Amino acid sequence: MDSQITLRVDGAAHPLAVDTRTTLLDALRERLRITSPKKGCDHGQCGACTVLLDGRRVNSCLVLAVTVGDAEVTTSDGLAVDDVPHALHRSFVEHDAFQCGYCTPGQVCSAAGILAEARAGWPSAVTPDVAADTVELTDDEIRERMSGNLCRCAAYANIVPAVADVARAEGVRR
Amino acid sequence: MTTMDRLVGAGVDRIDGPAKVRGTAPYAYEQDPGEPIAHLAVVQSTVNRGRISRLDPSRAEALPGVLAVLTPANAPRLGKGLASDLPVLQSLDVHYQGQVVAAVVAETSEIAKAAVGAIAVGYDAEPPDVALSPDREDLYAPEKLMAGFATDSIIGDVDGALAAAVVSIDATYETPTQHHNPIEMHTSMARWDGDSLTLWDADQGPHNIVNDLVTGFGLDAGQVRVISPYVGGAFGSKAFTHPNQMLAAMAARVVGRTVVYELTRQQMFSLVGHRTPTIQRLRLGADPEGRLTAISHEVVEHTARIAEFAEQTATPTRVLYAAPHRRTTHRLARLDVPPPTIMRAPGETPGMFALESAMDELAVVLGLDPVELRIRNEPERDPERDLPWSTRNLVECLRTGAERFGWAGRDLRPGVRTEGRWLVGTGVASATYPTRRRKAQCRISVDGAGRYVVEIDGSDIGTGAWTALTQIAADALGTDMASVELRIGDSRLPFAGGAGGSTGLASWGTAIVFTARDLRKQLDEQHGGQPPAGGLSVDGELPGESPHAKTHSMHAYGAHFVEVRVDRDSGEVRVPRATSVYDAGTIVNAKTARSQLLGGFSMGVSMALHEGSVTDERYGHYVNHDLAEYHVATNADIGEIDISWLDVDDQLANPIGLKGIGEIGITGAAAAVANAYWHATRLRIRDLPITPDKYFRELGES
Repeated sequence: MDSQITLRVDGAAHPLAVDTRTTLLDALRERLRITSPKKGCDHGQCGACTVLLDGRRVNSCLVLAVTVGDAEVTTSDGLAVDDVPHALHRSFVEHDAFQCGYCTPGQVCSAAGILAEARAGWPSAVTPDVAADTVELTDDEIRERMSGNLCRCAAYANIVPAVADVARAEGVRR
Repeated sequence: MTTMDRLVGAGVDRIDGPAKVRGTAPYAYEQDPGEPIAHLAVVQSTVNRGRISRLDPSRAEALPGVLAVLTPANAPRLGKGLASDLPVLQSLDVHYQGQVVAAVVAETSEIAKAAVGAIAVGYDAEPPDVALSPDREDLYAPEKLMAGFATDSIIGDVDGALAAAVVSIDATYETPTQHHNPIEMHTSMARWDGDSLTLWDADQGPHNIVNDLVTGFGLDAGQVRVISPYVGGAFGSKAFTHPNQMLAAMAARVVGRTVVYELTRQQMFSLVGHRTPTIQRLRLGADPEGRLTAISHEVVEHTARIAEFAEQTATPTRVLYAAPHRRTTHRLARLDVPPPTIMRAPGETPGMFALESAMDELAVVLGLDPVELRIRNEPERDPERDLPWSTRNLVECLRTGAERFGWAGRDLRPGVRTEGRWLVGTGVASATYPTRRRKAQCRISVDGAGRYVVEIDGSDIGTGAWTALTQIAADALGTDMASVELRIGDSRLPFAGGAGGSTGLASWGTAIVFTARDLRKQLDEQHGGQPPAGGLSVDGELPGESPHAKTHSMHAYGAHFVEVRVDRDSGEVRVPRATSVYDAGTIVNAKTARSQLLGGFSMGVSMALHEGSVTDERYGHYVNHDLAEYHVATNADIGEIDISWLDVDDQLANPIGLKGIGEIGITGAAAAVANAYWHATRLRIRDLPITPDKYFRELGES
């Protein structure tokens, strides 16, 4: 059964018909051909499809397109403003925080998500004081929070400093 | 340094980096075929051996949006001569669980997947035979191993020397089936224009794929074009043709539309290869000073009924240490399993786990520092081929690594360091991988303005080839990177073998250097050193192996030092820090090379602690066939890793002096972790992965 919806992606509105079974990921990749988010497992196990939904990171393979409503979908490509790369884009390139690049847009969206989570004071499993107002993105915090994004090339040891540099610039790391 | 070397060695950012971080570099499915794309989904066999007795596609065919259902009864006949599992849907016989028995083509992926569930299949099945054991009576010696290595090597009187040895080790090590699991699932998108086929594909080298399509569809090489500029990881699984390329092309021909087949993650466990499990018996004999008198490394592994793949597991033992009496053997069991294939450092990865664990055990018996034991057994020449080394700096890697890691003064005793709940230990292992190169052709064109186009069917599966080849070309042409446009990943480009065997830069880079030399010679001799107004194009070729390969033994080396912490209550294992030092010859791009070495080592940590495909011997399937249950290292599993390399080059290997870096990092890494685990806990785990349950298993036995 098809439903008529409008997806707001990276600042543009896209009216389209989707099967009610269509995931947000497949709506983006297969219907709109917006291929910045990647499919790596289709089961929420790898994180390659991570996008920001109203600023919060989600596995877009676990979201049905018909449930998105008016929420703003932001892909890694959409983090660039007026074609100027985001600080995370530059930092990932500078630190060579990827190899094949397939998991990378998801890593970048996840990194953008954890910067916002730290600013909001959301604790993780390794946060020493879960009641604190803000969280500092230490290396251990970054490792923990980025562990939902698998990188089979194993660029992890470069992803941590790539995120750390931006966290420092944004004031969520000393 | 001459000006020729100004870019080679520099840590240049990836030229494909800005597109990759934003997600705009087009991988296989993301290319534009110029028309709407139909989707293919497959039905897989639920038995390992038998024959399809019933297959009813009618309910699937009746679903709106289904374009075709392909079965062995109606699928187009493929040409003879396809090997292994490539004759897809050509027979009712089933040879492994997961074999494709039907395929649906539909307007959308949702319809295709739903239609798969509407196809009923019955089988006349026999019980699966999937259990590997050294006691099987049907083990056999293959004619030769992968990459042409001899099956066995026997020098001297090994059994006599072992019996006479003052100190000896006799231990059996096991590594499980492993799956590559690149994050981009194998994907093939096919479009026919008349009798010409275009395939946008995830592979390690378009030329590797073309021949099977030519054979399967009765085409000329000129009628097939395979395009793969960006590949989302591979590690060996994308080196050769698998059923996905054949199916996409077959289905596109049937429905007359572009068809994409993107495997599911679960299908990645049966349709695109795996690393064989191994059972390895290691026997070492030594004198009281720790000098080896005998080495015996006997390997048992599996292959498929329909394809022989004989992994060269004991080959590192043929080169790593001196000993007068030595033996390596490989025996295979043919099982009802999918065809195994190459996976990152095939041979060295499982083989070095066994050899380097055994060396550690020998050091323990001798009461000797394991670094010193390795140094005492450094061979002056290749101990089996009796040839000089081109370059070999293993001892320097061990000494440099020991210094960087802070190895000096290490207490040899196991299980005596604790920090809170953590048992702490350190371990070492060597690394080695062969240095080779392969035939490759190249075309370089220059226009009147001095802008160069370098064309070669090389492949960047994440290695950094886009950038490193551009650096090599710019230096060889005496220009800057901005003046060089590189074209790779397209079978229309001049021939090159795929990415594999750590031969990429050695092969493609050398072909570029040779072709650039020809071009500059022509410019100098015929055009006064300036590009002519109408431009100039030169074709060049690297014939193959180094002319010194027959007279010298060529290998890369390394040494890993690892700290392991084990939670004494839960058995949880952590690797907080590691140091690796490599002798890999010239490093072309310091930034991307470090990433590759880091990635290789980290995959070794993953192998040591997490990875293993579990076979259900009753029903014959891989139980943990997804990324939630086949565990790979995550960000939180990897600690501080110090990567460095010796400033050496190997001019006998190739004119760039490089040895290859794609695989050396994983070799020996798992042994270093296991050795550190022993030092932390007194427990010797000889069967990977080292999961927490084995801590309690060993505690119970000790």
